[in-house]
Formats: sequence, C-alpha cells, structure tokens
Amino acid sequence: MNRALPFAVAAHLRHLFPVASFPAPRNNARMIAIIDYGMGNLRSVQKGFEKMGYAAEVTRDAKRIEAAPGVVLPGVGAFAACMNGLAECGLTDTVYRVVANGTPLLGICVGMQILFTESVEFGRVRGLDILKGQVVRFDPTQLDGGKIPHMGWNQLHLKRRLPHFDGIAEGSAVYFVHSYYPVPDDPAIIATTTDYGQMEFASSVQWRNIFATQFHPEKSQSIGLRILSNFGRLVQGEALAYQSLAPNP
Amino acid sequence: MLSKRIIPCLDVKDGRVVKGVNFVDLRDAGDPVEVAQRYDEEGADELTFLDITASHEQRKIILDVVRRTAETVFMPLTVGGGVHEVQDIRDLLNAGADKVSINTAAVSRPEFVKEAAERFGSQCIVVAIDAKRKVSSFEFRVSSSENPVPSPQPPGPLSWEVFIHGGRTPTGLDAIEWARRMESYGAGEILLTSMDRDGTKAGYDIELTRAIADAVTIPVIASGGVGTLQHIYEGLTAGGADAALAASIFHYREYTVRECKEFLAKRGVPVRI
Repeated sequence: MNRALPFAVAAHLRHLFPVASFPAPRNNARMIAIIDYGMGNLRSVQKGFEKMGYAAEVTRDAKRIEAAPGVVLPGVGAFAACMNGLAECGLTDTVYRVVANGTPLLGICVGMQILFTESVEFGRVRGLDILKGQVVRFDPTQLDGGKIPHMGWNQLHLKRRLPHFDGIAEGSAVYFVHSYYPVPDDPAIIATTTDYGQMEFASSVQWRNIFATQFHPEKSQSIGLRILSNFGRLVQGEALAYQSLAPNP
Repeated sequence: MLSKRIIPCLDVKDGRVVKGVNFVDLRDAGDPVEVAQRYDEEGADELTFLDITASHEQRKIILDVVRRTAETVFMPLTVGGGVHEVQDIRDLLNAGADKVSINTAAVSRPEFVKEAAERFGSQCIVVAIDAKRKVSSFEFRVSSSENPVPSPQPPGPLSWEVFIHGGRTPTGLDAIEWARRMESYGAGEILLTSMDRDGTKAGYDIELTRAIADAVTIPVIASGGVGTLQHIYEGLTAGGADAALAASIFHYREYTVRECKEFLAKRGVPVRI
C-alpha cells in the first residue's frame, strides 16, 4: 500500500519517531516559555524540560511568551492570588492570545484551575473562563478520613488515549498538593481521573491546544518527566500534534 | 488511592550531610546532592533537608545545596532550620524548595505562619512541632514522694508540651492545641517529632502521633525514634500519620527506602513502589 498515510496515523508515527522517520520539526530552536508571574517554583519545571532535552525559559515578557512554540502556565497558592498575579504582570491577555493562537499550553496545579470559569475559594473568584466549569473544595465527609490538602502520590486513571500520556501506564503515581479541584461542565475534556476517598476528580484535562494537570509533573520523578517530555514532543510537532489532540471516537 | 509517604531526612551542616552516611558507592558521602540522588533512585517520596548550620553567615550555603539538588532530583523538597522571616522562605522557594518547615519562629511569633501561608500558600508551609510528654500530676505525686499518697483523681489524659530551640526550651504550649492553632493559621502540614523518642530507636510515640493526627485535618508527618521498619508501619497505621520521616535507618543503610516500602506494601499499607 503506497498511498499516503491518513493524517492522524502519520501524526501518531511522527510522535513515536520524531527524528528518525520524519523531517526535523519546525521551530526546533525556540524555547518553551514558562510564564513567570510570581507564583511558585518555576525552576523545577524548566529543569525538567531541560533534563528531557527541551529548551525552556522562565519569562514574563509577553512578546516572548506569545512567540514561543509552547507555553507553561504554572501556579501555586491561592486562586485569587494567581489571577491577581497574572493581571499585575499584564499577562492575562497574553494567556488568551496563546490559547487563541493554538499554541500548546500546559497548565499546572493552580495554573490549571485558573483556566476554568470560577473558583469557590474564599467566596467566588472569577477565573480565565477558557474552560467551562467550577473549581471546588474537597468535601471532608467524602474522603474517608483523608486529609485536606490532598498531598502526596496518587494514581492516574487514563480516560482517553492522548499523546500526552505516551509511555504512561494506567495507574501511574504522580505528586499532588491541593485542596480544590476542577469540575468541568463538559466531562469529555477530562483526560485522567484520580480517586481520593469516595471522590473521583479530574486530575488532568485536555481541550484543543490546552493540556492541564492538577498534579505536578515537575515533582513526579520519572513519570512526570515523561509527561513533560511528551509535551515537549507535541510542541516540536506543532501542527501534527494539534490534529492528534482530537478525542478518540 | 493516596499513598503513605516515606521521607528520608538529611541533616545538613555548613553544606555537608552530617551523621556519617555509609552509601557504598558514593564519591562523596557528605554531599547532600549525591545523597539526595541516591534516595531518589531508591524511590523516596519526598526529601527533607534540616539545616543545622550554626552561624548566620553560613546560611546561604543551604540555598546552593537546594539549587543543585532541585536541578537533578524531581520530587518534593522540604527545607527546615533557620526559617525566621518571609525573606528566608522566598529565598528557599526561589532556590527550588517546595516547602519550608517553620519551628521556633512559629512559637516566637505565630502570625508569621499566617503571613507565610497567605503569601506563599499553605501548600508550602510545614509547621514542625517538637513535643515532649508531660508527667501527669498523678504520676508526679507518686514518683516524687517518699511515701506516695494515692491520688484522689485518676490520671488525666495524656498531654505533650511543645519545645523549641532544637528541643532545649519548653514553651508551656500544649502540643494538641498548638497543632490545631497552626492549622487554623494556615499550616499545610505538621511535622511532628517526639522529643522523648528522638534518637532512641524505640519507635515513634504512637499515642502522640495518633492524638495530633486526630486533632487536625491537615497531613501529619511522624518523626523521632524509628529503629525498625515495624516502627514505620506502626506510625502509619496505629499512629494515623500520613507520612513517615526517618534519618538514621536510611543514612546508615540499615534499610533502603525500597525495602521499607516493600515491607509496608506486604502489610497492606498503600505505598508507591
């Protein structure tokens, strides 16, 4: 069979053999931008990418962020503080533009949460409203004695076959530290779930060019580094990767 | 299911691991970065550096240790010792620490914990409590008298007092009330050390651990007294701790972190292997 491979299959092969079988990706030299808006430990994210062979920089320069082939939106602490931090750095619109441009975006922890419509942390706080849904607090009566924050290593249940989880086995453990979790209006965007007490919450979501994790890949040893590396591969394959992001039928 | 965490603790003085570390194939057993890498390979869930550097001028050394560790080890890193000001926390977090542990400064000025949690988030604020059993009035009377008079009251519930300055200074604070107060001030986790058991290898103070774990809704790390893997098992089950911290049994290679986790897994404790 000598016809061209279907686009999605080609994308998948390219994903598996990014260098050997296909032309070098575009924008190879450009760096993944990690948005620095004063919230959290950004160094580990940068070092994680570097360890896996992807150049990354920590920056609050809107131009560099918008020009980057891939963008990371980190975040720790309070939801409102993260929203304010973005606004004070003048980067709120930058995030909207990155999403609109189709640039692969990785949200981490509160960086995932603020992508949603709103949080109930200390009253109601408006989020970026790019993903529809609410961020709510764990209900202690549902945790079978589990503590809040949900802190430590817990397992991923893979709900969709996404390139972001290439090489990641069902049940792999990753590191969490959070008291709130997102409830997407559209459950179809849920990429993985995690069980805590009687709760099953969305531990990562994917929608169009957005991939966001409640856990910390940069603190999750080899599993986390693989997830960062998968994101790096998607960034390098830009247009092709975007195709393969469609949910599996 | 959330795993119970195993946390090796490294005592660091002037940038070097103290307590002789007998890792066989390390080039430099005193280099905290190399020791951290070894624990990483063994499957430790987190690492804690306790900076016991005496002089203030040497404090910057720990920042370099944290920086170099965070470049190669991708797991949560807590640093305690000498954290007194917001600037100390910012410096440690910027260097690559994920959490800081506050002990004496929390007692001297409890609002410091509140400010730190508001500023950096509860997730990175660990309050370390060094607690010592109080002798009840009943026991005191019996043991201190030549002719013991039976107490008119039965012995009261067990209680523990908070100590600071590395366990040298009593504070008069009740450990259970203190833990609750620190939770309400925004602490994200309690690192609980039994002064009675620390260094004894007689096992955690299970009653203390259980009392604090039941009193707060934030995670509790048991510390002080581990001599065997059974002790760790007891701390995580009977003691109700969410994580177990140990120094010497891992330092002296009595057990590896992996052996510890296999021991726990066999007995039904959820651990990450």
